[in-house]
Parts: sequence; structure tokens; C-alpha cells
Amino acid sequence: MDRSTSASVSRASGALPWTLPAGVLIFGVVLFPAGYQVYDSTRDIGVSGYDRGPAGFSNYVELLGRPELWVVLRNTFVWVVGVVFVTLALSLWLAQFLNRQFPGRQFVRIAVLVPWAASSVMTTLLFVYALDPFYGIINKFLVDVHILHEPFGFTQQPVAAFLVAMMVGVFISLPFTTYTILAGLAGVPGDVLEAAVVDGAGPTRTYVSVVLPYLHRAIALATLINIINVFNSLPVLKLITGSLPGHSADTTTTLMFKILQGEHNIGLASALSAVNFVVVLVIIAIYLAVVKPMKQIES
Amino acid sequence: MIAARLGLAARPTRIRKLRPSRGRIAARIFAGFLIALFFIMPYLIMLVASLKGRFDTLTVPPTYLPKVWYPQNYITMWGASQTPLLANVISTLVISVCATALMFVVCIPAAYYTARFRFPGRGVFLFLVVVTQMLQPTLLATGLFQEFVVVGLVDTWLAMILINAAFNLTFAIWIMHNFFASVPEEVNEAAELDGAGKWGILWRINLPLVWPGIVTAVIYTFVASANEFSASLVILTTDTNQPLSVALSKFVGQYDAAWQYLFGISIVAIIPSVFLFVLIEKHLVGGLTAGSVK
Repeated sequence: MDRSTSASVSRASGALPWTLPAGVLIFGVVLFPAGYQVYDSTRDIGVSGYDRGPAGFSNYVELLGRPELWVVLRNTFVWVVGVVFVTLALSLWLAQFLNRQFPGRQFVRIAVLVPWAASSVMTTLLFVYALDPFYGIINKFLVDVHILHEPFGFTQQPVAAFLVAMMVGVFISLPFTTYTILAGLAGVPGDVLEAAVVDGAGPTRTYVSVVLPYLHRAIALATLINIINVFNSLPVLKLITGSLPGHSADTTTTLMFKILQGEHNIGLASALSAVNFVVVLVIIAIYLAVVKPMKQIES
Repeated sequence: MIAARLGLAARPTRIRKLRPSRGRIAARIFAGFLIALFFIMPYLIMLVASLKGRFDTLTVPPTYLPKVWYPQNYITMWGASQTPLLANVISTLVISVCATALMFVVCIPAAYYTARFRFPGRGVFLFLVVVTQMLQPTLLATGLFQEFVVVGLVDTWLAMILINAAFNLTFAIWIMHNFFASVPEEVNEAAELDGAGKWGILWRINLPLVWPGIVTAVIYTFVASANEFSASLVILTTDTNQPLSVALSKFVGQYDAAWQYLFGISIVAIIPSVFLFVLIEKHLVGGLTAGSVK
């Protein structure tokens, strides 16, 4: 062993006491179950959890044969793209507003933070209650201000319930996205903005050609983290659409939990989880390819 | 920064900004009020519903305010028949506190070492940290359940402590890494010259300097663990072991709904979470967006 290799071996082993505990935790609770799940997806596992032997790709074949699969994939796409896009659009506006000076701004910023700190189960349950066609207070309000003629069963049929879930998903995702963009706005140098004003650029022009390029990185990171979070958001859909019969309001995530907990089919649930991971990767890859969020940083 | 404090920094010549008119400021305050109301309204409805009697919560059509106020809900809810509420609160606290402690012990050395030293395997380690952010408990629920069945930890707090510590590790390492990296190298070198060991430099020199980052990671992990839902749903099967998030989700669709209790305990849980988040508001984004750890 020459000197440089032995030096790097000793530097690597010197790092072990510091990084090993985190490494063990990542391996044991993240990588191992991920691998186990892929392994399970090729096994024939009984309802009781007993492994009856190898199953090849039959779980994947069974998954492809599920009649609801395509509807569920379409729902997943609508769910992720819809929630992430609407959240981003609203957050850009909200952050721009919260970046201005006005008395009470700190209070408004804290109010925006609340849905992030609150458990999404609790927030979702409030909407389930308040949108109830019989005793829901939001329904009553909409009738009282003559937006609705009579209370509407927002959570009683799949399409409406799915849209309500998307709205709640946006509500829950807004704080993080808005704060990320606010952090990005803080990085826009004041003199650049002043220069734009001096050059006679209007507010829209200034925003599009001066502010947005500075926000590139914040938008990219917020979108990526949102895609992962929204895709994995179980409680919102489960609590709003979960009690509806059939799969017309399911995403791949809620379908996976139905297969795991309702049908106790661990092999099939594992196969769908593996597919889910690929779906996340594909959505992120499409996003990276279409939007090229990192272009700004690399150049 | 010190130069600026001493007034040494050259002041950039500035064009005087146009001051917004009074009408504009008033419009902003009004818009700000509406926005704040939008975000707080669901929780106000929650608070009012938690003060209604059971009959009031199910009246058709509903009334905006309770006919009779029931502040005693906050006492009687502990005996709710729907779920062992006190046990659920204890579960939530035990899991969150222990997961946060485990995160603390595991992440501080890792964040410190990766921020200060270059070593073979550092890139791989930081990549695994990113992968952890991509793989969430929801995605791995089946694998986690199967793993904990095999090791005999299914339906235990320990399983959820490990899961919450592991999946919040990315945020914790990112934010702490950023803080450690901001400590000037001269400070560390001076301590080394004084004969301090690596652990001594971490505990005695660095930790006092980076405590805002540590507090942010601790609070974030605590709140995120308390709100975790998917893995708890699959792994904790006994009702007394379940945290609030899972216990409360089972209120929906029950015949003997007790919305007033559901929202009472929600208010009790949300207020401290919001308070803690307000404390770390300034640093929250830094950690979550520090994805490009250098």
C-alpha cells in the first residue's frame, strides 16, 4: 500500500466514529427496508404474512392487471402536478406580498406558518367536518352568502372530494413553499431592483426578468421537496376520500395502503411501492428536464 | 460583519426609494389581515367547535357559535370513549422526545465532521443523506413493517423512534452542517493549538456557537415526529401505543363522533407546535433548502 492510499484509508477510518451512527441509522431504517420491499415484491406472501416462496414477477403482473391502475395513475399525476403547481403559483404571489413593508407583517408571516406546524391529520379533519353537507360550518357559510343554493356534499362523491383534497393539499403545502421563496427574495440585491427601475422597467417586467432569475434555485428546491411530500401525502386523501367506495379518487399512495391494510397483500403492496418510487423519480426527472431548474446555477 | 459594526464598510450610494403612499400601506395592512385570516380561519373554526356541546356539533343546520359554551370539554375529553386519549398523548410525547434525542446524538457528530473535514466516503455519505429525503416512511411503509416484524419490534415505540429519527436526519444534518461550516476555521485551529481534542472542539468550542442551528433541528424533528402518520398507522396496531395523529384519524366515520373532543385535543397539540415553529421561523427554510451541501 503506498503512502497516499494508506493516508486516505486512515482519514476514512478517522471519520467513522463521527459518521457511522448516522450511517447505521440510514442503512437500518431507510436502505434495508427499501431493499426488503423490493425483495418482497418478488415473493408470494400469504394474508397472514407467511412467505410461501418466490413469485417471480407475478406481483407486478397482478398489479398491471388491476382494472383501477390507470385511473389511479392518472389521479396521481393530477394530484401531484395540480397541488405542486397551484401551491407554487400562490406562494410566488404570497411571498412577493410578504416581502413588502407594512405594519403587522410579522403577524401575517406567523399566520402563514400555522398549517406547517399543525398536524396535517388535524387540519384535514377540520375541513372534513366543516364541509359536511349537514353540520358543516363552511357549507352553511357558502349558503348564507348565496354562493351555494343549498349545502353541497363536497366530500360525498369522488370528483368533488378529490378536488377538496387537492385544495387542502395546497393549503398545507403553502407555508413551506412561501417561506422558501421568501428566503430566495431576500437574496435579490436591492441595487439590481433599483437599476431596473432606473432603466424604466415596469413592475411585471422587473419581476419576470430581474426577480425570477434570482428565485430559480428557491423555486427548484421548493418544487422538488414539494413533489416528494405531495406524492407521499397520505392523510389528506385518506381522510377525505378514503371512505368512498371504489378507487376513483385513489392515488398510487392511497391504493398502496388499501392493498397493505385492507387486502393484507404484502407482495402486491411491495410491488406497488417499488412502482411508486419509480413514479417519483420519473416525475422529478420530467421536472428537471422540462424546467431545467439547475441551469442557472451551473452556468 | 465586525467591519460593518465599526462603520468601516463603504456605504453603497443609493437612489432614494419612493415611499409607498398612505393609501398603499393601508391596502397592504388590509390584504395582510385577509391573508392571516385565511390561514388561521380553519383553526378558529376548530377552536369554536371544541367549545360546542356534542349536540351542537351535530346540529343541522349548524350554528356559527355554540348555543352553550362547553369549556369543560377540555377536561371531559380525557375520558373520551373513542380512543384512550391520555395514552395517545403519552405515546406522541415519548416517541417524539426519544426520536429527537436519538437524532441529536447521531446527527451532531456527522454534521460537524462533514462540515469541517474532507475524507474518502464523504460524498457517498452525503448522497445517502439526500436519498433519505427522497425515500419517505410512506413509500417504505411495507418494507418497514416487514422489517420490524422480523426483528420483533412491530407495535413498539422503539420502532417509531428509530423511524422518526432516521427520516428527519436529512433536515437535521443539512441545517447543522450549514451552521458548523460557518464557524471560522481559525477558531478551530486556535483550539487545536491549545491542545483540545476533536470531540472537545466540537462540544466546547463549536456547540456554543451553533446553538441556533441545533435548536432549529431539535424543534423541527420534534414537531415532525409528533405529526408523523403513515408509518405509525402501519406499525402501531394497539390503540394505547398509537400517537395522536393515528388515533384522531379513526374518529372519521365513527357513529358516535365526538368532534368537540377531536378538536379540543387538536387545539392542545397545535398551540405548542406553532409556538415552537415561531421560535425557529428564521432558520426553518435554511435547513430545508440547504440541499446543495458543499
